Amino acid sequence: MAHDAASHGGTGNTELVRVATSEHRLARYGLIGLALCFVGLFLVLPLAAVFTEAMRNGPGEFFTVLSDPETFSAIRLTLIVAGIAVPLNLVFGIAAAWAIAKFEFKGKAFLTTLIDLPFSVSPVISGMVFILLFGSHSLIGPWLQSHGIQILFAVPGIVLATVFVTFPFVARELIPLMQEQGTSDEEAALSLGASGWQTFWYVTLPNIKWGLLYGVLLCNARAMGEFGAVSVVSGHIRGLTNTMPLQVEILYNEYNFVAAFAVATLLALLALVTLVLKSLLEMKYSEQIAASRRH
Amino acid sequence: MEVRVQNIRKEFSRFPALNDVSLDIRSGELIALLGPSGSGKTTLLRLIAGLESPTEGTVYFGNEDASRKTVQQRNIGFVFQHYALFRHMTVLDNVSFGLTIRPAGRRPSKADIRKRALELLDLVQLSGLEKRYPAQLSGGQRQRVALARAMAVEPNVLLLDEPFGALDAQVRKELRRWLREIHDRTGHTTVFVTHDQDEALELADRVVVMSKGKIEQIGTPDEIYDTPNSPFVFGFIGQSNILPVRVENGQLWLDDRSIGVSATGEADGPAQLYFRPHDIELLDGCGGCIAGIVTVTRRVAGTRHVELDIGATHSKVEIELPPEKVTSDHSRIAFRPTRWKLFRN
Repeated sequence: MAHDAASHGGTGNTELVRVATSEHRLARYGLIGLALCFVGLFLVLPLAAVFTEAMRNGPGEFFTVLSDPETFSAIRLTLIVAGIAVPLNLVFGIAAAWAIAKFEFKGKAFLTTLIDLPFSVSPVISGMVFILLFGSHSLIGPWLQSHGIQILFAVPGIVLATVFVTFPFVARELIPLMQEQGTSDEEAALSLGASGWQTFWYVTLPNIKWGLLYGVLLCNARAMGEFGAVSVVSGHIRGLTNTMPLQVEILYNEYNFVAAFAVATLLALLALVTLVLKSLLEMKYSEQIAASRRH
Repeated sequence: MEVRVQNIRKEFSRFPALNDVSLDIRSGELIALLGPSGSGKTTLLRLIAGLESPTEGTVYFGNEDASRKTVQQRNIGFVFQHYALFRHMTVLDNVSFGLTIRPAGRRPSKADIRKRALELLDLVQLSGLEKRYPAQLSGGQRQRVALARAMAVEPNVLLLDEPFGALDAQVRKELRRWLREIHDRTGHTTVFVTHDQDEALELADRVVVMSKGKIEQIGTPDEIYDTPNSPFVFGFIGQSNILPVRVENGQLWLDDRSIGVSATGEADGPAQLYFRPHDIELLDGCGGCIAGIVTVTRRVAGTRHVELDIGATHSKVEIELPPEKVTSDHSRIAFRPTRWKLFRN
């Protein structure tokens, strides 16, 4: 049938027998080619460029520049920031999605919009907000200063900015999933005598675990890669408040291309690992994932 | 356990879903809440369960006021229309759930829980499927698991919300008989919600007909079918014909002719005559009858449904005849209702 349709379409004799999804052969290959070109040009090529630039002077130099103390401190800071921001947003995300998907309350639409705010605001603006909040000219700035609490141009500011920017990832992933699943599973658990906590732990959480994992992976990738907001609040103190993306910029601006691309490689690898991890999980648990969406 | 619902009122954001509803359910009884959608039957079920709380009124389990208890404390079994099985647990884990989550003091041993779950799976005829996941079961099988899960906690009362609503007709019929068997064997007080009158009449000891947040009639299936006490119940249960008649000196009149039915004791005046398509007798002559011209005949299983045009001002009347009685279109048929009821506005 499909073969028939293709040959009919190919010779252009008749339009009578034609499967809706079968296009002219030229059109099909043309479209596929176009898509591949696009992917190659905008995704594969830049990625390859990053790796070749990093390896330009051989793997020896690659590892030498990475063991530079400033670069090392940037990697450490990035891991610390992600290590704080991701768990926080995991908890916030679940709580927000739970509230929005399972309960009816006034201001629900407003809350949903609010969760999306970090997505719709430029990251630079997000950073500026924290400067306005905690800067020396702000209301609480002098108070913080007199108590020796350093938020801006220090780790707390970077963590705050990162938490803000990555807030929507987990919640956004979970809200549609939880809404689709409804509340009857929870009601069933309650009717069987389960406490609220048991219901969450044994019923709600297992139902959302795949969506949650995906949200966490995305959240983590963004937390490690965030540039704009962090750049504004970090102060760029070398060896202290530079995260990996900031370090890339500094190295690049100093024409230290190999080092810049070496750090960029690590960030790119993070993206690749995230994707591979996600695909592996999807492959291994495809049945469970399908079941948790179906049912 | 005996369940009593007393003067329950429930409002959803000012919209009354139930209005002063009272209902006594005897221990071990199988009760159907029957009504069209929006009649409040599911709300009533959820109120008994404790999944909703009443605006006013009380629910008693035995002599205890259950309205002060949470759904967890009421110890009920609830079966949902769409099963609500825990999809990441095996069938066995689903059935054991209610027992495994109990605090250590009240929890049976692991071996006992497993034994009880397997017994229940045997009762619902699913032995051998305990290691399956819900997604690997058919709809009918899932609903049986849901029932076994609800029964595992030895509930005070078993509540089923349209339990067969998502199943196809054949499976539904089978499960209906099977549920009746299970009920007779286990003796749980059971309340189920349905909009399917066949289901309610076939399955229940007593049927509660509901409409617009109120109980219209409570009775055995025979009482509900044979002596409906309101136009709504008459119209909702089974097929019915409605004709505007006039009572004059104990006789019923349709327009300017007597229909040969005497209604002794009825006051004179206009009324609505309700009768069922099969509660009629055919007449040869017409000394007093309803007569009409056949417009459509349909063979439905063991009977022949005949639609009659009895005059332009009236809606069509449908009667049921034995299939061997062949009627041609446009032929004239005379009949009179043998069992009927009058309602006045």
